[in-house]
Amino acid sequence: MSDAVDLLIIGAGPAGMAAALAAAPSGARIALLDDNPLPGGQIWRDGPHAELPPKAREMRARLDACANVRRHAGCKVIALAGPKRLLLEDAERGWLLAYDKLILCTGARELLLPFPGWTLPGVTGAGGLQALIKGGLPVDGERLVIAGSGPLLLASAATAKARGARLGRIAEQASLGAVGRFASALWAWPNKAWQALELFDATYRTGSHVLAALGSERLEGVRLQVGKRVEEIACERLACGFGLVPNTQIGEALGCALSDGAIRVDAWQASSLADHYAAGECTGFGGSELALAEGAIAGHAAVGMLAEARALWPQRQRWQGFADHLNRAFALDPALRRLAQPDTLVCRCEDVPLSAIGGRRGWTEAKLSSRCGMGACQGRVCGSAAQFLFGWQPPAPRPPFSPARISTLAKLADAAESQAPDLSSARTPG
Amino acid sequence: MSEGRAADVIVIGAGIVGAYCAHALARRGLDVQVLDAGLPGATAAGMGHLLVLDDNPAELALSEYSLQRWRDLAPELPEGCAYRSNGTLWLAENPEELAVAEAKHAVLSARGLACEMLGAQALRETEPELRDDLLGALKVTGDGIIYAPNTARWLLESDPARIRRQRAEVVEIDGNRVRLADGTWLAAQAVLLANGVQAGTLCPELPIVPKKGHLLITDRYPGKVRHTLVELGYVTSAHNATGPSAACNIQPRPTGQLFIGASRQFDSVDPAVEGWMLAKMLGRALHYMPGLGDLNAIRSWTGFRAASPDGLPLVGEHPQRAGVWLAVGHEGLGVTTAPGTADLLVAQLLGETSPLAPQDYSPQRFFGDTAHA
Amino acid sequence: MPELLLDGRPLRVADGTSVAAALALGGDGCARTSVSGQRRAPLCGMGICQECRVSIDGVRRLACQTLCRDGMRVETRP
Repeated sequence: MSDAVDLLIIGAGPAGMAAALAAAPSGARIALLDDNPLPGGQIWRDGPHAELPPKAREMRARLDACANVRRHAGCKVIALAGPKRLLLEDAERGWLLAYDKLILCTGARELLLPFPGWTLPGVTGAGGLQALIKGGLPVDGERLVIAGSGPLLLASAATAKARGARLGRIAEQASLGAVGRFASALWAWPNKAWQALELFDATYRTGSHVLAALGSERLEGVRLQVGKRVEEIACERLACGFGLVPNTQIGEALGCALSDGAIRVDAWQASSLADHYAAGECTGFGGSELALAEGAIAGHAAVGMLAEARALWPQRQRWQGFADHLNRAFALDPALRRLAQPDTLVCRCEDVPLSAIGGRRGWTEAKLSSRCGMGACQGRVCGSAAQFLFGWQPPAPRPPFSPARISTLAKLADAAESQAPDLSSARTPG
Repeated sequence: MSEGRAADVIVIGAGIVGAYCAHALARRGLDVQVLDAGLPGATAAGMGHLLVLDDNPAELALSEYSLQRWRDLAPELPEGCAYRSNGTLWLAENPEELAVAEAKHAVLSARGLACEMLGAQALRETEPELRDDLLGALKVTGDGIIYAPNTARWLLESDPARIRRQRAEVVEIDGNRVRLADGTWLAAQAVLLANGVQAGTLCPELPIVPKKGHLLITDRYPGKVRHTLVELGYVTSAHNATGPSAACNIQPRPTGQLFIGASRQFDSVDPAVEGWMLAKMLGRALHYMPGLGDLNAIRSWTGFRAASPDGLPLVGEHPQRAGVWLAVGHEGLGVTTAPGTADLLVAQLLGETSPLAPQDYSPQRFFGDTAHA
Repeated sequence: MPELLLDGRPLRVADGTSVAAALALGGDGCARTSVSGQRRAPLCGMGICQECRVSIDGVRRLACQTLCRDGMRVETRP
């Protein structure tokens, strides 16, 4: 099965949607794919409990009107399949898609750090809870604590409150000074200042972090360090996220250079690899406005509309300044490395406790001896956590990039009839 | 330059072969220093399939002997080593393969090895996930599986008084002494080279070439498969000694995961997973177990087997380097034959009678008359 | 308003509801039992952590990235 497009955009959040809309006037055949069932990424995630901002609705409507933009929802990139060709999978099939230009808009995931009790049902990521609520998770009347770091805590709280959750505490690990400096600099981005005011909650405390999730079968309460006090709050939900980790896996596998853990791009949003661009949070964090600017620049540049791309540089620069403030303010306190206890599970797929991996020389040795990171998430949760806890560098990505059906991987045979020599069977196993 | 006697024997390589040799030497009262550079090796990459192979008498003798030694050791192995005596099923798809299975059955039975022929019906009942038109299978009951990285570590930790381990790269061997990357020289009565595919960097004269293999593992699906499932198909298709090849090898892990192999490539030293090769390998597995298609794979990787020209390991004293001993070139059978290798090596090193005929595995066979002594 | 079968029990949900949400609407919210026997519920909500693996019409998929469809059979505890 052969399938090809001029421009492939991976990720249909703000950056990917902006990229598609920017490139569409060129008439190029464009494919926009996303592993979620609906476009919007995390920030504009749709669902029965989601209220999309007008900008998101408008962009979706414009995309719907673009006859040259194909959308593939619920579709994951599984492997490379030769030069400029990827193996994809959705619920029904696996197939190969060839492209001439590629824009990576793969976003970011939450940094989830292990602490006692974090495996209890009722504990989620902070962005995770927001996503689950938008997808219809009921939280009406539930007592909720939110902890971790970054503006996502406030956004998650707002979504939960709007669906009837009773908020007991927002615990931000950054200091009052750091958050205060961030807030006082917001005058330069008035809409951000308004957002912050709207989202602000009286239960918000800085210099505070989770110590443990309490409960036996499921979450019953949370122990928090709030300033110098230890506080216990009874609750049914704890949403805990420690900032974001760029999703660089596909870019890395393709050979795009990274810088500071994000895909490195130039002024045109071009990566180090020819014809491959990147935009949005996979190139560093900065919120949806920055992602929109970067996505549009990448989309224009990828189809040769350089003047249009260049016209957006000032806009990007403005939001880049906001991003820099954000990242400085919410740097993680090294004390968070001590949250996990020896019996705290670090790897949730294989149930490997901290005691089984501490003292190893690196990720590979820990993995081989303890099974940490050998499970279905392929170390994307515990690998990022181990990077924060021990400074271990996770290994380079290998296919499948996400768990994939074996029938899908078998489609890689179609990738290389020309590359593969004629095969006879092996002499012996082993 | 500091130089002291590090131990009675220096073992280079802490994979399964080096670990088993160190363990066996320590059992005989020798002090052992194990040096490992932490480079990727076949122990960490491989399937850990413990199986009897009978391509030639020497291979059969070594694998049969070693399997028995693994079974003897089994009660002592901790659960982390994941040893299981789950048996291998050699699958016959057509009358020719069935005849091969029966011939194999005759060879193994004659040596008193536990094995039996399963007819089509019995095979379907034993492994219902297999395609239902197979003609039968040879079941080799005493074959097993093991998780080699933890087993190697357990062997090395078995005698802390006699086995010392050091993370160090050896950059030069000079008879019974070695130079480390930091310039230190270490000496011993004997130096044992057991570093698999890396052997050629220290002893380029050894006829060892890397043979690349792909592997894939699924998410947990407990109970789908009980035995290790291996195709006999190589018998009926033209065997290409140098070209890439793939064969069905499906192994149930104690975790409920399915471990899928096997591929062979001689021409590649690139560790990257190659999609076309992975797909060919999965194609073989899907051919025998069509339901595999709906199961999720979670990881694939590659490894390199250290292959000798005749497929047998080199175990014994180096013919050209006094004081250097070899336990290398095990290809895909290093985990299986580590115990036999260790016993062969120890017997020769101590001048005792070997339990196996040492000449079949002697490095001398690749060096003609150029021996030093 | 699709109706699905969650662990054999019928459950009607709003259009666009994720299977992850359905687990809470029609059950205890959990998706699976971990290697050491703990019950686990969706964690990241965005297709990364794999905690919400369930069997959907016989194939293992992520509850958080799957929308409920009429006639869908969802089984937890894989």
